[in-house]
Amino acid sequence: MNQMVSTEKFLPWAPELTGEPMPPAPKPKPGPGAFLALPLRLAWRQLRAEKSRLAAAMAGVMFACVLVFMQLGFRGALFDSATNMLGAMRADLFLIHPMTDASFRPEPLPRARAFQTLADPDVAVAVPIYLAQTSFRNPETGRKRTVQLIGLDAEMGAVAFTGLAPLVDALKRPDTFAFDVRSRPEFGPIGAIFAERGNFQIQLGSRNMELVGLVEIGPSFGADGNVVLSETNFRRVFERRVSNTDLVALKLRDGADTVAVQARLRALLPDDVVVMTHAELVAHERSYWENGTPIGFIFVFGSLMGLVVGMVIVYQILFSDIASHISEYATLKAMGYSNGYLARVVMSEAFILAIIGFIPGLLFSTWLYNWVGAATFLPLTMYPERGLTVFLMIFAMCTLAGLLAMRKLRDANPADMF
Amino acid sequence: MEAPVELRGITFAYGEGTLRREVLREVDLSIAPGEIVLLTGPSGSGKTTLLTLVGALRAMQQGSARVLGQELAGASEGARVTLRGRIGFIFQNHNLLGFLTARQNVAMSLELHGGMNERQRLERAGEMLAAVGLAEHSEKPPSQLSGGQRQRVAVARALAGEPGLILADEPTAALDKASGQEVVHLLRDLAKTRGVPILLVTHDPRILDIADRIVAMEDGRIVQPAAA
Repeated sequence: MNQMVSTEKFLPWAPELTGEPMPPAPKPKPGPGAFLALPLRLAWRQLRAEKSRLAAAMAGVMFACVLVFMQLGFRGALFDSATNMLGAMRADLFLIHPMTDASFRPEPLPRARAFQTLADPDVAVAVPIYLAQTSFRNPETGRKRTVQLIGLDAEMGAVAFTGLAPLVDALKRPDTFAFDVRSRPEFGPIGAIFAERGNFQIQLGSRNMELVGLVEIGPSFGADGNVVLSETNFRRVFERRVSNTDLVALKLRDGADTVAVQARLRALLPDDVVVMTHAELVAHERSYWENGTPIGFIFVFGSLMGLVVGMVIVYQILFSDIASHISEYATLKAMGYSNGYLARVVMSEAFILAIIGFIPGLLFSTWLYNWVGAATFLPLTMYPERGLTVFLMIFAMCTLAGLLAMRKLRDANPADMF
Repeated sequence: MEAPVELRGITFAYGEGTLRREVLREVDLSIAPGEIVLLTGPSGSGKTTLLTLVGALRAMQQGSARVLGQELAGASEGARVTLRGRIGFIFQNHNLLGFLTARQNVAMSLELHGGMNERQRLERAGEMLAAVGLAEHSEKPPSQLSGGQRQRVAVARALAGEPGLILADEPTAALDKASGQEVVHLLRDLAKTRGVPILLVTHDPRILDIADRIVAMEDGRIVQPAAA
């Protein structure tokens, strides 16, 4: 500030010769608002002047944005849907074999373990669940497709699939089953035919079975559709040893402490079973898809590629923008604009591109989520947190591109202007 | 009153070792308040280098240069940037920002100085454009102006920030005779009413008449500090 005051006596202003009034008091420095606002405005004016370049930059950011949204969307949908079946089995505790990685490929455990748990006074019901995959013949086209069989005793009420409770008596009859209406459409318009005609025959494996009702579970990456039937009917479709089961669902007495019961059962049961809560079972299944397969990595890699491509595009745009204005930038430096000011102009451009690319990218991705979700029956949802995550990624991408492009500013040397 | 420009023993060389080439040797020059000095000489005589040193666009090597009270020998980059804000530059090419109107270009030189809001800056820029006779062209981008008009916008830009010194490098080189004359006379008149000194590098013999003093350079030395 001392410098500003002292300039006055060096100004060659000669009011006594020209008759002009004396200069006013020394001017204050530009305010803090101008520190960012003026470079931002200059950046916007510069971007706006070249419509085609702006459109290219916007398209680049939007491309990266949509790519990342779709990758993260598919990744989330995969993990959400992979656990559809287990998520729908609302019981208090579960037993599985410790070597079971995923429900579509279970390791059998002794059926006797289910009844051993009844030794604990807080365990009310123990239901063995049989899991297997077999073919399902589309009643309309006659084509076969693999379906997930879930064999269990519905009457015990340990597993509460939506729509299962009213079907308990019908499922006790020989050769009957309930079908998951949220299965993929390749199984045929089962729901529509059932609504029209009532019970009808469908071939499961090599056996004709009677459809007696509909439940809601949802397809997963491991299975396109689900069928629920009684233990006896399960063994009619699918031959296997009675002494083994795949999963055991436990229902506790009202008011029982789930964690305490889980600890007691762990102490009671041998090492060939693990005791899990519902949340742990779902997390276990999810972690298989996340860590046990390359699928999670593929989507993360795809997102990164999208960001790298977007960054290169933004970098190119910013770089050529600086290169074509290099003499103007040098002039601004000669006029007394600092390197920091010009750096803020470039970073403002990057910031503007991040915003004007992200907004259409978000809208387009939301539309794509609905469209792709309807086509693939995957649960693609635009969560606000995901939007924020992607915005931060895009923002970081543009910031990095801006920092790289900023190095070009060094070429703006005002001494070369003469 | 202290001279706005006071150069003592300026020596400057490009390159190092065997490639070292001196372009300025022991140059002394002082400019009085309100004085218009023309610097002439053949190509390579060092006049442009001298101009960039006075304009704080290059770091000094040897000698002392006091410009508007600021010693440039050993001055920091920050001090030089601050000093540049108090000097008006006019280049051979107008170097106006193509995406701004003439008025916005002039206002750019006012944004560095606080105490003015946007309306005041544009108002002042409009007054400066009127002073160079471009009032009716103030909302046009540079691409819609003629060469002489663009250089007049550059003059308005250089003067708008009320600089303590004007540095000009071949301002007429890209112009025909009539518009070149027009620009330098405008520059002289505006500088004289404000009492701003001018250091102008030129080859152009047609504009020598605006000078208070003509300084000729040759081989990095001032050879003929003669009065006009």
